[in-house]
Amino acid sequence: MLWRTIGLRLLLGLVTIWAVSVLIFAATNVLPGDAARAILGRAATPEAVAKLQAEMGLDRPLLTQYLGWVSGLVHLDLGKSLVTRGPVMDLVSPRFGNSLILLCVTSVIAIPLSVLAGIAMALTNGRGFDNIANTVLIALAGIPEFIVGIILIVLFSTQVFAILPPTSMVPIGQTVLGNPRVLVLPVATLVLAILPYLARLVRSALIDALSSEYVVTARLKGIPEGQIIVRHALRNSLLPAIQATALSLGYILGGAIVVEFIFQYPGMGTALRDAVGSRDLFVIQAVVLIFACSYVLFNLAADVLSIIVTPRLRG
Amino acid sequence: MVDLASPMNTSAERPKNAWLAALRTALGYRRTRIGAVITLVVLAIALAGPFLAPYEPSAFVSKPFVKPGAEFWLGTDVRGRDMLSRLLNGGFAVVWMSVAAATIGMILGTTVGLLAAYSRGWLAEILMRTMDVFLALPTIMLVLMVVSLLGPQEWLVVVLVGVSHMPQVARVSQGVAADVASQDFVLFAEALNVPRWKILFREILPNIMTPLLVEYGIRIVWSIAGIAALSVMGYGIQPPDADWGLLINENRGRLATRPLPVLAPALLIALFALGVNLMAEGLSATISGVARKSGAK
Repeated sequence: MLWRTIGLRLLLGLVTIWAVSVLIFAATNVLPGDAARAILGRAATPEAVAKLQAEMGLDRPLLTQYLGWVSGLVHLDLGKSLVTRGPVMDLVSPRFGNSLILLCVTSVIAIPLSVLAGIAMALTNGRGFDNIANTVLIALAGIPEFIVGIILIVLFSTQVFAILPPTSMVPIGQTVLGNPRVLVLPVATLVLAILPYLARLVRSALIDALSSEYVVTARLKGIPEGQIIVRHALRNSLLPAIQATALSLGYILGGAIVVEFIFQYPGMGTALRDAVGSRDLFVIQAVVLIFACSYVLFNLAADVLSIIVTPRLRG
Repeated sequence: MVDLASPMNTSAERPKNAWLAALRTALGYRRTRIGAVITLVVLAIALAGPFLAPYEPSAFVSKPFVKPGAEFWLGTDVRGRDMLSRLLNGGFAVVWMSVAAATIGMILGTTVGLLAAYSRGWLAEILMRTMDVFLALPTIMLVLMVVSLLGPQEWLVVVLVGVSHMPQVARVSQGVAADVASQDFVLFAEALNVPRWKILFREILPNIMTPLLVEYGIRIVWSIAGIAALSVMGYGIQPPDADWGLLINENRGRLATRPLPVLAPALLIALFALGVNLMAEGLSATISGVARKSGAK
């Protein structure tokens, strides 16, 4: 039964990815702005536009174009960049790698920190630490992430303590891992962006769990409080936290475009922004599709994890 | 005697304006009042600013990056324009665009959510699965993708940000509306053959106004972040017009030595989002507040 549920979710995920691919294709091909004209500009002669359309295969029927694009995707061929003329894959994969590094480092810090903060807040519910932390987190939740980034830059790399690089550019051919200092500020910004959301979620889930009947029963049985929190309450408050983590991970990978932009971090976000700037259609399609696939994957993983930790969902 | 012929009597016992009462309760919380004051101050700057600006916002009045002084209170920007004048003129766009985008998202999302909650069955399934597809395309990606073809026009950004809110609003409104739709007074109205649209808009909608208002606040906060972010990246208001996001974009090259032209607009954007968020928090505390009073102070 467990496998059947997981299989069903997987199928739904595939349908979502297919629908997204149609949407991306439609957005870039059916909208009134013609790609060839967008690249060449308004002053282009009709002959030049027709020539580029033929070169890009834009003169073929839409269905043929779509099938060609999808069969390329299946073979990991994302097409050729209109700017560098090289394969989109070569352009996007190092950027994807950098974004993955950002994602991993951020989640390794943010997730345990959120859970710990959430527990600490739930245990001091309505008193000292909870009041202070809750106020700080509510304020932080309202501030757009790129402004947090700007403030961090001003604090740590220019005006107050000039100890960290303000931008995350790395020499060509090197990865961000070879230059770990450039990771500090973007990671800190993203951690501060997710923390209010995740920590407050853990807090309220845990408070609910701590006042539930099974916890009261466990207390009456004389089970030590620490054991109640870890074995019973925390386990049951994991469920919303898992789903929320999936959303946050998807957010870091794609929605943090502007954070990458502020730090000029060489990830997917800046790749997309550059591609939009130079109207590199196939790179735009590839980045958006990779993001959508990752989003579906994270949610699928969260669904599977939720089923594993909650027996009643296995049915 | 109860007049059974009029379905309106079924709702007579429920307060029709429960959300007004919720707003009044919310204003009793300190965080709501702080949020309201912050929001009003930012709105006042954004709306009255253009009339108070000492210079034309796009006029070159001095050398670039003049320090703040008696002549230019906040100094000048990267092109030698008066920073204070640009700041006072740059709020209007953020305000109207984010409120408009949130409104579009609320109208679309609530319509889908109500339909899904009330029809249930296959229509609900199709509607909500479609929303899931949209959810896989985050705001800024959707906007960048379309804007790369059609150009950065204000109305286009507003509509796209609005559309990107639709799935989340639909989820929330479907959730709360489904609870209401199974209650007695709705079943009663159904039994009296009240038209479906009337049940949706007269019976269900008034009963989910408070959670929808909270969601509206959250959507405005997200719109501010999204629209300002697009503007910071150069895909919002175009120069030489002034806009808080654009001011950050224009002046960030000298952030290290002249942080004020970047920090001032950044602070105003942050305050606007913070103020609206505090109000939404306060209002949402009135819903869950009874059970969790402590967190709502």
